[in-house]
Amino acid sequence: MIKMLSGDEAVARGAWEAGVAVASAYPGTPSTEILENLAHYPNTYAEWAPNEKVAVDVAIGAAYAGLRAMAAMKHVGLNVAADSFMYASMTGMEAGLVIVSADDPAMHSSQNEQDNRTFAKFARIPCLEPSDSQEAKDMTIAAFGLSERFDTPVLLRLTTRICHSTSAVELGDRMDGAPTEPKPFPRNPAKYVMVPGNAVKRHPIIEQRILEVAKFAESFPYNRIEPGDPALGIITAGVAYQYAKEVFPTASILRLGMTWPLPELMIRQFAATVEKLIVIEELDPFIEEAIRLMGIRLEGKSIFPLVGELDPRVVRESAIKAGLLPISAHIPLPEVEVGPLPARPPVLCPGCPHRGVFYVLNKLKVPVNGDIGCYTLGLIPPLSAIHSCGCMGAGIAVAHGAVKAGSPERHVAVIGDSTFFHTGIPALINTVYNRSRVITIIMDNRVTGMTGHQENPGTGVTLQGNPTTAIKLEPLVRALGIKQVKTVPAYNVAEIETTLKEYLKLDEPAVLITLEPCVLLPEVRKTWIPLEVMADKCNGCALCFRIGCPAILKSDELDARLQRPKALIDAALCTGCEVCAQICPRDAITFRPVEMSEA
Amino acid sequence: MRESINFLLAGVGGQGTILASDVLVNVGLAAGYQAKQAEVHGMSQRGGSVTSFVRWGQTVYSPLVGAGEVDVLLAFEKAEALRNLNQLRMGALALVNLAAIEPVTVTSGGQPYPDDATMRQKISEVTQEVIYVDGEATAQGLGNVRAANVVLLGALSALMERERLTGAELSAEAWLKVIIQKVPPKYVELNRQAFNLGRKAVTGLG
Repeated sequence: MIKMLSGDEAVARGAWEAGVAVASAYPGTPSTEILENLAHYPNTYAEWAPNEKVAVDVAIGAAYAGLRAMAAMKHVGLNVAADSFMYASMTGMEAGLVIVSADDPAMHSSQNEQDNRTFAKFARIPCLEPSDSQEAKDMTIAAFGLSERFDTPVLLRLTTRICHSTSAVELGDRMDGAPTEPKPFPRNPAKYVMVPGNAVKRHPIIEQRILEVAKFAESFPYNRIEPGDPALGIITAGVAYQYAKEVFPTASILRLGMTWPLPELMIRQFAATVEKLIVIEELDPFIEEAIRLMGIRLEGKSIFPLVGELDPRVVRESAIKAGLLPISAHIPLPEVEVGPLPARPPVLCPGCPHRGVFYVLNKLKVPVNGDIGCYTLGLIPPLSAIHSCGCMGAGIAVAHGAVKAGSPERHVAVIGDSTFFHTGIPALINTVYNRSRVITIIMDNRVTGMTGHQENPGTGVTLQGNPTTAIKLEPLVRALGIKQVKTVPAYNVAEIETTLKEYLKLDEPAVLITLEPCVLLPEVRKTWIPLEVMADKCNGCALCFRIGCPAILKSDELDARLQRPKALIDAALCTGCEVCAQICPRDAITFRPVEMSEA
Repeated sequence: MRESINFLLAGVGGQGTILASDVLVNVGLAAGYQAKQAEVHGMSQRGGSVTSFVRWGQTVYSPLVGAGEVDVLLAFEKAEALRNLNQLRMGALALVNLAAIEPVTVTSGGQPYPDDATMRQKISEVTQEVIYVDGEATAQGLGNVRAANVVLLGALSALMERERLTGAELSAEAWLKVIIQKVPPKYVELNRQAFNLGRKAVTGLG
């Protein structure tokens, strides 16, 4: 049966067909849909872990126990999981282990565009790169086989264009032969207890192992030569292969399905048959540099960009510039001057429970160390209330460091519920242990929001929909040694302001939990009630525009005395959060009917 | 039937752009093409720009369409039509929904929103093969504004027939069959009507 699947859906399908028994992940674009899809297949356990390191350790544990296992994450998740990734290479496992990294060239929704193939080389782990959804499925299955054959974890490296592109996939059945029952946990300390005495013996084994995989790569079916015009030879991998085929339909191509380790003989043989050799790859010159070390002459990043995504146009125009294609290959653009178009920056949604918090932070003029999640959008004017954001879990410790450096201001760290569970907890412990006056705001919207509403340890439901213990933030924070903790409704602007002002006077770490479920959650949508501006009371003071709510518009009606546009609420967008109504100095915005807000 | 067709769908988060491209890629498959789809939604929350490429062909390699190679533009929103105008091949087919969704940069940031006359003028500099449809008004007439994306798919199906991009091998029923698979059962009849009204907006039989 043929089905249109995204790359993420295809990886889930492939893992299931390969008999994966345990899969663990933390959500992260563009990888999230892998586990979301796998969760629906029978006879497979799939879970959201609090972070990627936990996810990889979980998968390692399952593979030690003798069942096929997978962990999936976005590229930066592998930074979090790197420690585990490295020891898994050292120990090997009892059954197949596949680590999926979804890289994000062009940073559609990421803080950097690191190329995780380097991690494979670093860890002496083979790296597979599919070029479409069919291969995403097939190579996931192949990855489990490779993992067991060589007793090595395998890195399946995807990119956004593989994850979020849809193409036809031939579906198969769940294969026979994959282990279905766990073995007794291995009592083999020489292999699984990485104390120095054992580790020194394992290191030469993994160095030898990657050489064996390199020999196997010569016959790995996803490494293939597509003979063509010998004038130009192209070595390529992943989605870049598709662009190469599109732009150079007659060239000779060596398509690498395994980009680490490389099949040296195959590359030498290919190089010998072509007059000019180039590499087309996205991001780092990873393949290029490895081949150059073989002493083979070739070009790559001297022609194609190092930064950002490739696409057929980028490849074609780069090739024209380098003289690989005639100028006549250029595809003209309309080049119509369309004039200024309004930007559509990502913004906090109308009714977002984070908005009131950022309004207050902006008003208090404190430095705010942010984190990764929807609330990072608090940086956008007019809220303009995030002053640093680097990676998951960084904000609290960055604030602590600035305080310890003698920063004269009180620092506030903001972090979401899911991110707090991810890596916020150790940083909060540090503010207690090492005594800093950091104020931490945990913005608890009862869901992992930015990646599209995933469950997390605070929601009381697992990935596969089973009820579980919902970890409560306030007792957790108290148990970490924070004495000043308060939970405030996230829409209560005055109480947030009062609490923060109190906290600013304290000489100890404090935590404010702002609580309100994400306004886009289905059960919350049912409670939406649009508010209205009472035009006779509004004098166009524009204070309500300072909360940056997309539902608040400038009216055509001007205030008679001051000739300023009055405010107008778009009833199609307003959810009735009342933040604007609370800050309006003229009480010109309606509140919800009382009986409705209690309902 | 054309040997290959490159589509660009452009809209604003919440308009059903991704669902429409999901339908389109499956219609291509049903018509006997190899088909691929790639979407760009990045960090778009409700209200962000959303674009999606769909490609039909005998052999399709890249899921992305390079700028200047778009054969058919399906724009769900007027400013998004303009934003993507320079992606089109000169003389491309364009179907533009007459919806204006003003972003916060307009409503409270003071940036201008392009007026209708300018928009039509700019589009006409790239192609004369353009049709404007008010998908929301049509869908509203059926009692559910969210069916606007299917009104546009109906219009697109008729427009592609009229311009001979597709022929008898791809019937309206074939489109509907895919759409019905993609919508909840209780909305099947609504979407069937939306699709047919979209077709009539082009064929003029309504």
